[in-house]
Amino acid sequence: MNFNLVKNSLGRLVPANIPGMGDLAPYNGAYARLDGSFTWMPKAYPRRVPAPSTNKVAPSLRAAIERSGLEDGMTISFHHHLRNGDAVVGLVLEELERMGFRNLTLAPSSLGDSHDCAAEAIKKGVVTRLNTSGVRGEVGKAITNGLLETPAIIRSHGGRARAIEEGSLRIDVAFLAAPACDRLGNMTGSAGPTACGSMGYAIHDARYAGHVVAVTDNLVGYPLTPRISIPQYLVDQVAVVDSIGDPSKIATGATRITRDPVQLRIAELGFKLIEASGLIAPNCSFQTGGGGPSLAVAKYVKEYMKGRGIVGSYCIGGITGYMADMLKDGLFRSLFDVQSFDMAVTDSIANNPYHMEADVSWYANPFNKGCLVNDLDVVVLAALDVDVDFNVDVLTGHDGILRGASGGHCDTAAGAKLSIITVPSMRNGVPSIRHQVQTVVTPGETVDAIVTERGIAINPLRQDLLAKAREARLPVKDIGQLKAEIEKTTGVPDEVEFSDKIVGLVEYRDGTFIDSIRRVE
Amino acid sequence: MTVSRMKSRPRRSLLYIPGNNPGMLQNCAIYGSDGVLLDLEDSISISEKDAARTLVRHALLALDFGSVEKVVRINGRDTPYFEADLAQIIPAWPDAIRLPKVDSAQDVLEADHIISALEAKAGIPQGSVGIQAMLETARAIVQVNEIAAASPRLVGLTLGGQDLAADLGIKATKEGLELLYAKSAVVIAAKAFGLEAFDTVFTDVADLAGLAQASAVSVSLGFSGKAAIHPSQIPVIHAAFAPSSKEIEKAVRILELARLAGLEVPEL
Repeated sequence: MNFNLVKNSLGRLVPANIPGMGDLAPYNGAYARLDGSFTWMPKAYPRRVPAPSTNKVAPSLRAAIERSGLEDGMTISFHHHLRNGDAVVGLVLEELERMGFRNLTLAPSSLGDSHDCAAEAIKKGVVTRLNTSGVRGEVGKAITNGLLETPAIIRSHGGRARAIEEGSLRIDVAFLAAPACDRLGNMTGSAGPTACGSMGYAIHDARYAGHVVAVTDNLVGYPLTPRISIPQYLVDQVAVVDSIGDPSKIATGATRITRDPVQLRIAELGFKLIEASGLIAPNCSFQTGGGGPSLAVAKYVKEYMKGRGIVGSYCIGGITGYMADMLKDGLFRSLFDVQSFDMAVTDSIANNPYHMEADVSWYANPFNKGCLVNDLDVVVLAALDVDVDFNVDVLTGHDGILRGASGGHCDTAAGAKLSIITVPSMRNGVPSIRHQVQTVVTPGETVDAIVTERGIAINPLRQDLLAKAREARLPVKDIGQLKAEIEKTTGVPDEVEFSDKIVGLVEYRDGTFIDSIRRVE
Repeated sequence: MTVSRMKSRPRRSLLYIPGNNPGMLQNCAIYGSDGVLLDLEDSISISEKDAARTLVRHALLALDFGSVEKVVRINGRDTPYFEADLAQIIPAWPDAIRLPKVDSAQDVLEADHIISALEAKAGIPQGSVGIQAMLETARAIVQVNEIAAASPRLVGLTLGGQDLAADLGIKATKEGLELLYAKSAVVIAAKAFGLEAFDTVFTDVADLAGLAQASAVSVSLGFSGKAAIHPSQIPVIHAAFAPSSKEIEKAVRILELARLAGLEVPEL
């Protein structure tokens, strides 16, 4: 399929129109639609008034699908709270295949390592279109090799919430894995043998999907107590299955702080920059990821706050056991949890009233009346690659194959007062700072600093931060100089060769298109 | 760089890096240690000796070590690798060679002789590659004063704690009391001849509290620095070797008094 391409404000070519999606707006700056003058008009869809029911439990998953009114060509969604232990996407797709469904749009909140089944569904034509935040493994290869009928749409968490709310992503049937659920569909993720903590993504799908099926392996007596994440009035049916997932992969042990000296060095420098910014102060707010250097930054922040008796206001985002411990230790007054990363979090969210479940629109939807990321002081993020314009790629690897997730990356970078990207200067001998990233997910305009183990590059837009970092004698380097230093060791890798065929599109959080992903030659 | 200039820098910590580990070699500048010990000896199996030597040579020639001192621990004079190690490494101009299994002044002199020839051939300044002599036998401890006086190329003395304990037929403990005499002998000989004295490694990487205690003992005995085998040990060693605020205040007071008395003192 050939598209009429236009250049967006980053100089990236994106389609002006896609069949089935209509006209697409090119990206025109991170804050272009956030000056208070932009209007949006959510699309209205007809909804069927269900007959009152005292038992929504379907005899089987197949019966639930039949009753849902799902037809070929419609859109189905899932949440990814069960992480790498999720079985529900596979169960439903297999059933849909057996029932002969074709040409569905798969629109989960994200896909992970347990979702190679989606690649099978794509190959068999059950799924022909894909909307997601992240892809891994076989699905990434299927997309990059051009197996989808139309380009995959990659959205951030906030952008997906916005798209669902405005109706540009219309979910016909949501299949929501429920670790605990009652006969009328009240459900939560904070209890049961397959507990996953927060159901922040699922809450939003339940509110807006045309039809909602709770898929559970833990049907509890009515009413579900003491906590209900998604109330019964949003749920049409309950399908009981043998297992919604593998608890050992859903609830991994507490995420450990890395011992890798390179990652620790990055974390130390990242922390020192935060310290120099002056933002760690009473009532501060903070978000960090669960992996590598990001979580290690939290360690330094924790020690600093403890040593000075600083109490922060809140942490948000994907919450790790480490953050739950910081709450318990009194270093922050509250947590807003849109997604829980490990088992320690599940205990906390179930038992600590200051650990609050937040839906994904509340977390990051840029078009609602005040999302959490907009008030954030500091966010520490990771990257696959960055470039000399501070653009960040969290989607395509060095080989051009899709293997990442947009997640809340661009949402938090745009919202936070200080957004720091922590990235090793090289991975397996390949440099991480490039002239141009393959795929822009987070625009450089919203990135304040890039921290590697070999130095810190500060966005020239942030002269104030640069002055503070220099005053603190941090190893600040011009990003071009840092790139050159790294390339002295690594050399400059050959560019990956791509065809003209567009296989994926990256939608920015405000609904504009920031980049295209091409098929690898 | 001259030997005398080398002596003016801090050497609180020296981090061992296996010479056959490119992932670690490329990050020498970022671990935070004052120096690195690129190892061709005990951490390298016999089948890897050639590869490690070549890799370390290229690392020295190609990588930016920043302000981190580059020391290469070669194989001992009693091994078939000794001369090849020197022939490959000296032209890549490390700051120093750590010479293991030094039993006598002759061991140092022999290395000195070969290094001098290699420096001349490579066109690098004579005497610019220092030697750290590593004493690992009872015989070496007995000879320590002669070893310390052996050559102007010598910049430091150190102990091989594990091997020395084995030679003595005793067990090396965390506390290291059994090596107290040997350690003191090395420190005294080093001080007497204007050399650095490096303490042996603390092998339990998980026990940072134990390392802090052992480092405090190293400081109290007069060592100028301590070897590390994991980057996590570096801040602990540095903390031990850092002067206390009281000591700094005292030093500043002395300098101020000296300045008032009209003596020439360095600017702080």
